[in-house]
Amino acid sequence: MLSRYRIILPVVSLAVLLAATFYMQPRAMSYFGLNLLFNLAVPIALATIAQMMIIMVNDIDLSLGAFVSLAACITATYLNDTPLLGVLILLGLVASYALMGAVIHTLDLPAIVVTLGMSFVWGGLALFILPTPGGAAPGWIRTLMTVKPALVPMAVLAAVLIALVTHLLVIRSRLGTVLRGVGGNARSIARAGWNVTVLKATAYGLAGLFGVLAGMALVGLTTSADANIALRYTLLSIAGVILGGGEFIGGKVSPVGAVIGALTLTLAASFLSFLRLSPDWQIGAQGAILILVLTARLLFSRRGAAA
Amino acid sequence: MTETDKPVVALRDAAKHFGPVKALDGVSLSVAPGECLGLVGHNGAGKSTLVNLINGTFGPSSGTVDFPGGAGDVRAVFQELSLCPNLTVAENLAMAHPALKGVGWRRPAGAEIRAALDRVFPDHGIDADAEVDTLTIAERQMVEIAIGFAPRGGAARLVILDEPTSSLDEGIARQLLSHVKAFCAAGGAVIFISHMLGEVFDVSSRIVVLKDGTVVADRPVGDFTRAGLVDAMGHVATEGAAQQAARSAPGEVILRAEGLEARRGEVVGLSGLAGHGQAAALARLYLGLSSDWRRGRGAGAVFVAGDRPRDGVLPLWSILRNVSISVLGRGLVDRAAERRLAEDWRKRIGIRTDDLTNPILSLSGGNQQKVLFARALASDAPIVVMDDPMRGVDVGTKQDVYAMIRAEAAKGRTFLWYSTETEEVCQCDRVFVFRNGEISAELTGEQITEERILEASFEMQEAS
Amino acid sequence: MTMSVKPWVWAWLAAAQAFAATLVLTSGRGAGELAYAALSFGAFAAIVGMGQMLVITLGPGNVDLSIPATMTLAGTLALKVMGSDPGTAWLGLIVALGVGLAVGCANFALIWLLRLPPIIATLAASLVYQSVAIWSNRGLRIKPPEGLADFATGRLLGVPNVAWVTLVLAIVVWVLLERAVWGRWLLAAGQNLRAARLAGVPVQAVRAATYVAVAVFASLAGYLLSSFSGGAALNMGAEYLLMSIAVVVIGGSSIAGGNSNVPGVIGASLFMFLVVSMLNSYGAGAGVKSVLTGAIIIAIVIAASTRRPRA
Repeated sequence: MLSRYRIILPVVSLAVLLAATFYMQPRAMSYFGLNLLFNLAVPIALATIAQMMIIMVNDIDLSLGAFVSLAACITATYLNDTPLLGVLILLGLVASYALMGAVIHTLDLPAIVVTLGMSFVWGGLALFILPTPGGAAPGWIRTLMTVKPALVPMAVLAAVLIALVTHLLVIRSRLGTVLRGVGGNARSIARAGWNVTVLKATAYGLAGLFGVLAGMALVGLTTSADANIALRYTLLSIAGVILGGGEFIGGKVSPVGAVIGALTLTLAASFLSFLRLSPDWQIGAQGAILILVLTARLLFSRRGAAA
Repeated sequence: MTETDKPVVALRDAAKHFGPVKALDGVSLSVAPGECLGLVGHNGAGKSTLVNLINGTFGPSSGTVDFPGGAGDVRAVFQELSLCPNLTVAENLAMAHPALKGVGWRRPAGAEIRAALDRVFPDHGIDADAEVDTLTIAERQMVEIAIGFAPRGGAARLVILDEPTSSLDEGIARQLLSHVKAFCAAGGAVIFISHMLGEVFDVSSRIVVLKDGTVVADRPVGDFTRAGLVDAMGHVATEGAAQQAARSAPGEVILRAEGLEARRGEVVGLSGLAGHGQAAALARLYLGLSSDWRRGRGAGAVFVAGDRPRDGVLPLWSILRNVSISVLGRGLVDRAAERRLAEDWRKRIGIRTDDLTNPILSLSGGNQQKVLFARALASDAPIVVMDDPMRGVDVGTKQDVYAMIRAEAAKGRTFLWYSTETEEVCQCDRVFVFRNGEISAELTGEQITEERILEASFEMQEAS
Repeated sequence: MTMSVKPWVWAWLAAAQAFAATLVLTSGRGAGELAYAALSFGAFAAIVGMGQMLVITLGPGNVDLSIPATMTLAGTLALKVMGSDPGTAWLGLIVALGVGLAVGCANFALIWLLRLPPIIATLAASLVYQSVAIWSNRGLRIKPPEGLADFATGRLLGVPNVAWVTLVLAIVVWVLLERAVWGRWLLAAGQNLRAARLAGVPVQAVRAATYVAVAVFASLAGYLLSSFSGGAALNMGAEYLLMSIAVVVIGGSSIAGGNSNVPGVIGASLFMFLVVSMLNSYGAGAGVKSVLTGAIIIAIVIAASTRRPRA
């Protein structure tokens, strides 16, 4: 019952923020304007989905930003220069994420610490590959990210597509349901005959996959990479999941909400630049918007609980 | 021996040791199709271990567990609720249904759980698409039982029910019992574990009594009397007699809240069907009497939890620290006094341990409950709030605690006691019966009878 | 239970090993300097680590991500108020601690009044604190008063003054946790908040005090660090976010709450510094250093987990 309401608030907060942006800057209300507003949303949305996969099984990933940076570095170097090797390395990254999930579960390690340690590992590898900013985006990714479909800008279209695919995967499919079940009550899933280690590895593997996609998309937009390119994605992605109505424990997540949360965060940055706020306060205002939206969510859920 | 006479499960000298602890010490037992086996015994007698052996959670340390007809389709419904709260009722069934695959798995899952619920609990009113955490505890238990009996791509041959009625009210429990009978009549087998001996007598065809990890009695139900059964479990039967303990003379009214009224030295019972607002009223009342922010020395009330893992036990701590948490005072902990207090209560309430610094989780459920009683009674709070504290507690412990409550009441303490068992409520001085979240009757003295309580629990007469 | 090795031993052993491995390279020369540096730099990590430990003890989901911003804000504002004038050290300290108090109250207000998950609340709030620091600092680098700088970089009996400060704090925290009623309440709340509340523990007071404590610890660390390093920098807290969590866990406290360990945090703080200096002295590049640091953190967590008795 509550899960159906969970999606309303993210939608409303995105709509309000969008309306405010259009009010401040009517010219944004166009194909070109929207493209500009949501330009960076695609990699953030993918990273948010990745984080959601981890939060879905009651863990949290503090290494995601470093991981996306590493994926971006590999995309801008190996994938561009020697595509086959690049694909293999990226697949290896996904596999190592799955392995990380399996190890965390089998040894009963705290995910927050293991991913914390892994953030140093990913960051170090990225530095190793690209000690200084550089590299180049493979042509096809560049083309894909800058394609201009009719009517709807690429960023919006991609966001809808990501939301749709992950909704089918996480909410509708049997695999996604079991994975959410792991977050809800891992013991009963194990009792029903599932191998929870495999399931956790799957969730982490999916997170790795979306993390890699986020890195590739990011390079497609920025055309080059550096080892610190996406470090802030760790916190952005957590905020995106929560803004999207997800909860830290209990397997209660919403992929559609997560994508909307990512869009909201992206939009907040654009909105603030339209406000001509002193640069000193830009970061703080982002924090304030985050608090504001979550406060609205509180009022909303209280109302919902009373009804 | 024909195919149908083969036992569903046969244990021969099955034993299970956890380190030096012999949880199960050579049990031979078989369950035939069409049989409902009542399994009784005190906490720690080895019932859960036996269930886990049959269920395949772990293997025996020695001896054998055989399934002559194959180990498939043995189901267990556990005492603690084990659904995924974030999934819907139908999704929970699908998790335990290996045959549901591919696209379009939702529709058959929904149909199957609906059919199973309708069969076991007619008029259940549970929506198959509702998320489990929007259901009441009783509804969740019903869903779990229904999943246990659902075909799930085969047909349940043996269903193990471990305290299945602990959260159900009497009407729903009766539906379950009649379903169990029908299920067995159709050739299914059930192992029925319950502390409610009335139910065991009602539904079982045979009763097995476990004590200290061995079978001490295994006879058809007709060969047992209620007193004989309690004897076999190892406790002196106290039917009726002890329960007529002198009721204390009530003092002045010291509490009026939530429509309840309690006097000094009074044992006030809260009754009615499970889930009709008693627990919520008690929790509100207790939270109102204590503070999130301050702790005065003379706290107004203490709370005894019935749902131990959720509301009571502090799992990382020793028994000692679990007893003393409510009576620590201020500043630094006086560790000598803490120890004296805990030792004192260990003796008074009979917590079975030789070392109070053992972890609380090393105790059986009943003994953990005693720790929670000790925690509350050790304080000097004039009001003790008890939220169905006898859930899953054995008969012996119950008698000990009844006596202690009476003694404390005689000293001037007031008890507010919610119980799902009418028998317990009948021992109170004053009873409030709840219906649909409101108090439907207040009974005192001679008025407190099972009939009057039932009458007030159900909407039998014209609505007032 | 009492027979098993205390979890904090591993952190100290690891620190000793890193220490020894560094000295192997220099054949024992510079041991005193290395120890002195470890005590100086480890002190800051230990102070914020103890604060983070208190919060993590509160149970799953409790963590303070605003530590770096609080450090920066406290350091910046304290130095601004002092304005390098002699004799203002105490004023600066009061300002810094005041910042900690205010930040802690604000964080907890968000958590309690708005029911935000602590991770999100402290994350969002830290953005605001960071803005305030940027705004008040304006890129200026104000030097600390001379006396204060001398104190922060000075030593007593051969041990850095900041290490003495840390030791005093550690003793206070240890007594609080192990001997005081307050510590019992904190540990109870961390195991099961609802059960603790129903046992009569004033859980909101405990949580509030804990969030204020971590902020005050962070602000003190910020004050000392900016005095130590000759001025406040806007990114001076950045490395302490992950560091504060890492030292808590390496130190053997349970990330699941209800269990904490003061000596472990200190050992882990020394270890974190010693590992980096060990890798430095072996001439590792930035990338390799980072990978090895991560690998070591994970190895220690795995080692600690396989040695702990399973519940």
